[in-house]
Amino acid sequence: MKKGFLFFISLLIVWILLAGIDQQEIIIGAIVSLLLTIIFFSKATIFSEFNLNPKAIFYFLIYIFVFSWELIKSNLDVAFRVIHPTIPINPGIVKVKTKLKSRLGRTILANSITLTPGTLTVETNGEDYYIHWIDVTSDDIEGATKQIVSKFEKYLEVIFG
Amino acid sequence: MELLGAIVTLAGSILLFLGALGILRMPDVYNRMQAGTKATTLGSILFLAGISIGHYECGCFGKIIIIILFVIFTNPISSNTLARAAHFAGVKLTERSVKDDLKDDDIENKGEEK
Repeated sequence: MKKGFLFFISLLIVWILLAGIDQQEIIIGAIVSLLLTIIFFSKATIFSEFNLNPKAIFYFLIYIFVFSWELIKSNLDVAFRVIHPTIPINPGIVKVKTKLKSRLGRTILANSITLTPGTLTVETNGEDYYIHWIDVTSDDIEGATKQIVSKFEKYLEVIFG
Repeated sequence: MELLGAIVTLAGSILLFLGALGILRMPDVYNRMQAGTKATTLGSILFLAGISIGHYECGCFGKIIIIILFVIFTNPISSNTLARAAHFAGVKLTERSVKDDLKDDDIENKGEEK
């Protein structure tokens, strides 16, 4: 029931973002969102993977800030490497492991890794990620996992369980 | 307000320019992908945000937010797919590379057996 409410609210928010704040639009949007929630909620598996306690929501907000900061840092990092006359790179593909079980959590982790400084997810295979790293600083799986994955994993673990 | 929007848009276009420069300067396809993904993600975000700030009277913040979310979700996926396809098609890493775990584990052949 709680998750059905979340489904309804997210549909309504997307509609309000698209249509703007206007009384008639919101009424129509609410009716249609309610209908869609009733019809499709049992088939929407994506919402069953979230944890919905206050701690998870709090961690989600922190995660957004961490992610934005990493995104800005990664852009400055790439810009620096591009402008530098000798192109200071030391690339390689490393293998890391994740503890996450949820499929959605893994997808979000892979996307986050792609958008953080100097890393690009090339392939995933179960719990292994193969990551192209522009500046390889650690040779073994544990070291690479610690440097690349842990900063996001500790938040996503709470959010997706 | 218009000035602020123009500055943010300028920052976004500088990042897009650096992304393009990175695609020219980097030595192999994976490093190019790195430059092409990161710089263009924040570049497009800043570009769109600058437009919505500069033309705040049009009330298009909501639409811009939705476009930004789409960019954040789709940009890394497209680059993952391109890098994966390049690796499985046998594109080699540059000589400056130090290691290649994916090649060592040889999972593309395991995939074919299934």
